[in-house]
Amino acid sequence: MTPRVQRLRQQSLDTRPTLSAERAALVTDAVQQAGAVAPPIQRALVFRHLMEKKHVYIGDGELIVGERGPAPKAAPTFPELCCHSLDDLTVLDTRERIAFSVPTEARRVYAERIIPFWQGRSIRDAIFREVPDDWTAAYRAGVFTEFMEQRAPGHTVLGDVIYRKGFLELIADVDRAIAALDGERDPHAYDKSLELRAMRIAAESIIRYAARHAERARELAAAEADAARRRELEEIAAVCARVPAHAPTTFREALQAYWFTHLGVVTELNTWDSFCPGRLDQHLLPFYQRDLADGRLTRDQAVELIECFWIKFNNQPAPPKVGVTAAESGTYTDFCNINVGGLTADGADGVNEVSYLLLDVIDEMHLLQPSSNIQLSAKSPGRFLTRACAIIREGWGQPSVFNADMVVLELLRQGKRIEDARMGGTSGCVETGAFGKEAYILTGYFNLPKVLEIALNNGVDPATGATIGATTGDAAAFTSFDEVWDAFTIQLRHFFDIKIRGNRIIERLYATWMPAPFLSLLIDDCIARGTDYNAGGARYNTTYMMPVGLGTVTDSLSAIRTHAFDKGDVPMPALGRALGRDFEGDEVMRQRLWHKTPRYGNDDAGADALMRRIFDAIHDIVDGRPNTRGGEHHINYLSTTCHVYFGSKVGATPDGRHAWQPVSDGISPVQGTDTAGPTGVLKSAARLDHVRTGGTLLNLKFTPSLLEDDRALDRLGALVRGYFSLGGHHLQFNVITADTLRKAQAHPEQHRDLIVRVAGYSDYFCDLTTPLQDEIIARTEHGSF
Amino acid sequence: MGATGLVFQIERFAVHDGPGIRVAVFLKGCPLRCWWCHSPESQRATPELRLKTDRCIVCGSCVPACTHDAIAAVDDGYTTSRHRCAACGDCTDLCPTGARTIVGREMTVPELMAEIDKDRVFVEQSGGGVTFSGGEPLMQPAFLAEALAACRAAGLHVAVETSGYAPWSAMQVVLGADLLFFDLKAADDDVHHRVTGVSNRRILDNFRRLSREHPAVRPRIPLIPGINDDGADLDALGRIVAAAGLHEVDLLPYHTAGEAKYGRLGRPYPLGHVAPPSADALAHARVRLEQCGLTVHIGG
Repeated sequence: MTPRVQRLRQQSLDTRPTLSAERAALVTDAVQQAGAVAPPIQRALVFRHLMEKKHVYIGDGELIVGERGPAPKAAPTFPELCCHSLDDLTVLDTRERIAFSVPTEARRVYAERIIPFWQGRSIRDAIFREVPDDWTAAYRAGVFTEFMEQRAPGHTVLGDVIYRKGFLELIADVDRAIAALDGERDPHAYDKSLELRAMRIAAESIIRYAARHAERARELAAAEADAARRRELEEIAAVCARVPAHAPTTFREALQAYWFTHLGVVTELNTWDSFCPGRLDQHLLPFYQRDLADGRLTRDQAVELIECFWIKFNNQPAPPKVGVTAAESGTYTDFCNINVGGLTADGADGVNEVSYLLLDVIDEMHLLQPSSNIQLSAKSPGRFLTRACAIIREGWGQPSVFNADMVVLELLRQGKRIEDARMGGTSGCVETGAFGKEAYILTGYFNLPKVLEIALNNGVDPATGATIGATTGDAAAFTSFDEVWDAFTIQLRHFFDIKIRGNRIIERLYATWMPAPFLSLLIDDCIARGTDYNAGGARYNTTYMMPVGLGTVTDSLSAIRTHAFDKGDVPMPALGRALGRDFEGDEVMRQRLWHKTPRYGNDDAGADALMRRIFDAIHDIVDGRPNTRGGEHHINYLSTTCHVYFGSKVGATPDGRHAWQPVSDGISPVQGTDTAGPTGVLKSAARLDHVRTGGTLLNLKFTPSLLEDDRALDRLGALVRGYFSLGGHHLQFNVITADTLRKAQAHPEQHRDLIVRVAGYSDYFCDLTTPLQDEIIARTEHGSF
Repeated sequence: MGATGLVFQIERFAVHDGPGIRVAVFLKGCPLRCWWCHSPESQRATPELRLKTDRCIVCGSCVPACTHDAIAAVDDGYTTSRHRCAACGDCTDLCPTGARTIVGREMTVPELMAEIDKDRVFVEQSGGGVTFSGGEPLMQPAFLAEALAACRAAGLHVAVETSGYAPWSAMQVVLGADLLFFDLKAADDDVHHRVTGVSNRRILDNFRRLSREHPAVRPRIPLIPGINDDGADLDALGRIVAAAGLHEVDLLPYHTAGEAKYGRLGRPYPLGHVAPPSADALAHARVRLEQCGLTVHIGG
């Protein structure tokens, strides 16, 4: 790490997140000035105003420039989506974890201008106004969450377009599309012309934004006493004057072009998973090789530039979240997840020299953001996997590991072209997508154990006494497991139907009122179709829902089958009473349910078959149901921090879990119940049909001692390859002892730098809520003995 | 064909008993009673009750289940008479917490192979295999021979861990294994007899003969403070290894992980409280063995 990188990195780590009202104020001005114009034009004018007016920050020593807010870690807000109240600002300012300090001035701006204008007019207000009552009841009960109530659809990743074309060329594409509109034959030609005009404004705006950085760099250069820094600033000015207006010609221009594009996307709206360069090693390789050959760049300089680029991601905390969104995604991480390795478009091994460069950077930077993963194909070389395993062994959860061949199959099953599938990958936590070509929108987590609880209570939510589910009969009178199963699947369908109806409403709200013309420039085929990203302009349009608590619900159904029906030692009426009292006075029963139930995660064919039956039922209910954007609903399995929130909404479960405790995460077994070792977990998890998902998330925790010797890296690699040969999608590791975690919990001040894997991302252990810390400690630790 | 074996554990993802990811099959029954033995449940050649008292919630579910009058109420809970217990397992079915389990399961070779097959993909991917350990696996030579043959037929790499204490008629079964871990505990026969319960003469004879007849014998020396860590005995062990024409040895430092297991079986820990060897003691032991011309691997 060069001294420059060291300093910028430390600065990024030391700076506490603040809330900036700059964007909110500019957006409010722009909307008021725009007057009565069509939404795409209004959004483009808002974007232009932001790009024209937002503060240009060039930090001391920086080589890659541009910030989302006025300074590093100064997070903008998006009142058009979710207008924070003054109470929200107080919560953000004072809460113990994931806080944002709110300057007095920002508070004043909110009180005087933002809240009076936006209250009742945000998308969030519209969503809660428009969804039906049964949706609201289920949402409040914790049956599902809603991603788009505070953040915009995003969930997409850039392909290679900006490395091939400058925005001037994209403007030419837009102009050609406008010229090709046929008002005679195409009844939507006018709508398309509005959208395309909006895209043109957006493209001009990002060019202007880069030019302002060039101007600022020149000013700074003129005033700079240090000759070396003056030359650097002049070079920054030259780079910003060229990209992203023109296609990049050098390695450095490629990185800067991406970064301006990134800032454009995450300033236009607060897109979920921010934005991501995706297959960065593929995109950078030609620039790297050419610059190296021309003597314009050394390997060390390339590393320094990438590290400066890395710090830029770490400077951008996820926008401030409140309420359920904060509970389901309680982290500063904004889920940019860089893919390394994988395949090329023609199906060859995609690991190249930049892949190894990126792994070195990941290792050296040790930062939460960007998150990183390797895409491991059967074609990937062993050296690549071993290098990644050596970083994994360090124990902070990066990089995670994906099965590139399975990702391709998943995308093919969803109907994508083979070359689009091969240039796809995974983003956010574990979500599969065709990079540069797909809008794959995650719409919310879905609480499987809650649905079972409602099924066992004949449609009533026992937490409130309200009937929110279907009437499926008195569970105490059930005389066979089939009756339990039928009640459960009827409730599943009931709530998925509600969620899908809500999804369609919310999609239309975004399509109509919140187009994203800048993002639409970047994702094929929005320009060609003259259609916005949020309205189905992408080549592929997927809507995902994420069932949570698969392990908990499998074990609960297994417990009912085993104890209520096969053995008969816990009859249904007694079970129902015990669950209602959280096993008060029924500890013997609880122990029996907990310890004497065949459980998922132990390579137990019976329990795993039940998991698969649940998986199949969910798949059959959801997969292929149409969305409003010309695409379909699919399923993926991840939980971020939502398994803790969902657990807090579910009473005691038949597997012996106490009320309000976390449910299982991702596709992991119930915490602490996988006793057959890591291979047992992997065998169970592989019985899920990963190819029919859009991604699954599996956590494994190892003690450091298990990975000490160098042969251990080969074993870890073999574990990964073995799981993938069985069809697994993803694996991630924590390498840490429960003892260390307990110490960190007791003495956070001594362990501020401790990073652990949470869900599809890593986070500072001390930034996690106590229940989540407990949950991670409870995950089974696989060690030697 | 058709032998059965008494197995007390099948460990998946075993990583300390040979190359790669392995399935370790632990056979129950051992002629030795080493003071430091970290798996006392391996010693007796019959199934036995294991009682994890920390899990017991004193619910009494086990009492009516016992048809041998082995469980009785006492002031603070229940007590189990090891003398009366027939290890029938009836109480384990009713125990809600898993505090009571039976250690030792009679298995046929096909049953065993089905268990091994569960990890086949990881074993193959890693260049791993199967390791038979114990107890002393050669106390069940017919079962071991059949299991070895089945593993080899399945294309699996096989290792055997042995104390070396078996008649040659049984011992020669291991010639069918790919790799042989051979424990050497003390060179001085008086010491050996005292701390393991048997003479080392047969062990050393087997060691010398196997070193000639088997291409991959790997000696392992457990380093036990106060037993075999004085220089003279280590020197002697080192010379024995070197004289057998071998060049490498695993040095396994004593650890206390087995201590808690004794209580669960209702037995005292013979070694008593002994701290694991210090880093200095370990380094010292290593040097002594190296001076015999051996390459030393700590921890195997």
